[in-house]
Amino acid sequence: MSEETIKKSLKTGSRGAETSLTKVHWTVKARPYFIMAPCLLITVGILYPFASAIFYSLTNYSFRNPTWKFIGIRNWVYLFTDPDFWHSLLVTFKYAAATTIPQMLLGLGIALLLSKENWFTKILKVVLIFPLMIAPVIATLIWQLMTNTSVGILEKFLNLFGVYGFPWAASSHTALFTAAMIDTWVYAPFVIVLVSAGIQSLPKSPFEAARVDGGSAWFTFKTLTLPMLKPFMYIALIFRLMAALQEFAIIFALTKGGPGNTLMNLSLSGYNKGFAFLKFGESLTFVLVLWVIIYFISKKLVGDYLLTQKKAAGQEN
Amino acid sequence: MTNERLHHTGKVVRNFLLALWALFALFPIFWMVLITFKSDAEMFTTTFAFHPTLENYQAVLFGTNYFKAFLDNIIVSSGAVLVSVLAGVPAAYALARFEFKKKEDLAFTILSFKFAPEILVILPLFMIYQKLGIYDTYFGLIWVYQLITMPLLVWVVRGYFEDISVEIEQAARLDGYRWWEIFYKMLLPLIKPGLVSSALLAFIFAWNSFTFPLLLTSFNVETVTVASLKYIASDTVHYGQMAVAATVAALPEVILALLIQKHLVRGLSFGAVKG
Repeated sequence: MSEETIKKSLKTGSRGAETSLTKVHWTVKARPYFIMAPCLLITVGILYPFASAIFYSLTNYSFRNPTWKFIGIRNWVYLFTDPDFWHSLLVTFKYAAATTIPQMLLGLGIALLLSKENWFTKILKVVLIFPLMIAPVIATLIWQLMTNTSVGILEKFLNLFGVYGFPWAASSHTALFTAAMIDTWVYAPFVIVLVSAGIQSLPKSPFEAARVDGGSAWFTFKTLTLPMLKPFMYIALIFRLMAALQEFAIIFALTKGGPGNTLMNLSLSGYNKGFAFLKFGESLTFVLVLWVIIYFISKKLVGDYLLTQKKAAGQEN
Repeated sequence: MTNERLHHTGKVVRNFLLALWALFALFPIFWMVLITFKSDAEMFTTTFAFHPTLENYQAVLFGTNYFKAFLDNIIVSSGAVLVSVLAGVPAAYALARFEFKKKEDLAFTILSFKFAPEILVILPLFMIYQKLGIYDTYFGLIWVYQLITMPLLVWVVRGYFEDISVEIEQAARLDGYRWWEIFYKMLLPLIKPGLVSSALLAFIFAWNSFTFPLLLTSFNVETVTVASLKYIASDTVHYGQMAVAATVAALPEVILALLIQKHLVRGLSFGAVKG
């Protein structure tokens, strides 16, 4: 009998221990729900706004005039004919790609470099997580200082190479790069930490076998390391991608979506429509679309993750 | 011989790349702390060598309401963590130890709060909070922060409960202890290190939150993340003060992060990776 089944039988046994002779009393059956009730009550209060969001997206409600009426799918029709929406959708995906891809690659690379244990990597493993703990808004503030053209240290650094007045967030050509750089500064450590934990959990024997067989470093990496790290990469990817698709803080603090509408993703557009233009019903359509995107991508990725986890477990046994 | 040299070169390249990344990751923090001690006059003329001064700290902490924002941030963040611990730890226990209908659905519903777009939640809440009169209050912010702190605590602490073998509980039950006595007297002490670390990580997440306090509070309650933004928005020339605002907001978290080292992986991955 595997450990899992023993655990399971004990689990059911533990519940039935005192009542196994008679019928299970309803209070015992309801007990887990009672224990969970406070947690659910607190969070369900937050679910209501979500339901009301769908409703209000069908009205012309605005913060400016309190009288509103039901206007059916007019907001939705308007949404899909609105060039701003399609632009935001594109920016959302561009931003997600420009942040998630470098972070995954750098995270994997740095974690692999950190895998050799010595005093240097030991210290780095501790201090490299600092940026991750700093609030993204504060990180943006720090980088604003660094990239400032009059007092910023980066301007002085670039001057050494003969580059003067690099525009950073001020130009539509370099704004996405700047935002992605800040995002990567904050969140690459997240991937590093997760992949490092994965590397530490790798079993020794397959690698020894590969060495004895004279497998090249690249071969070992491709056929052993990478597949075994896959579950960890998936977790990092799920968390990073879901957050990158709805990033608000960094873009808001950096340019508020500008210059022009260069960085106007769905979150920023929803915010703008709602709070700057006070068109509540319209703004909800933007963020509801965002929610649908996140829901389906996360569902797909979690499914893939569970599959790779099963595969990785199968290979280990 | 050539093999040895190759090995040596590999080591140098490795360390060089790591040092390059460390420079990218740590220099901004060093730079930020450095210019907090720089006077406005020297900001433009010097780089590393200057006469250190505390006037920026004085100006920010005593001259503005930044200190009040710092206290507000402590109140809402620890309030949010406290509520999540009180309600979330029992829930985590139920998810770890009981078999019941819809269990995984409930667990995933709680997790899904983590992935809900914040703006989507805020837009309706903005209206509801004003109707309920909890807009711009500690209570309102602590409530909405549950979206950040609750999923983390429930999922991570659930994992810690599952790590404890059921046999211990079985034995205690045979000795006549009730389930809540076992929970309180045996299990809680066992998970305490993990619980404290996850609570601290939840505190960091709550502390870092920006979108919720930006849009659900205004004059009465202000967090440092929102207060710091003023230094970007106004066309300030007080870069030193800007740096102080960032430093004061960032340093508590860096210190907390050092305390929870061992449990960090688990917390960050919501219990999916057991580091």
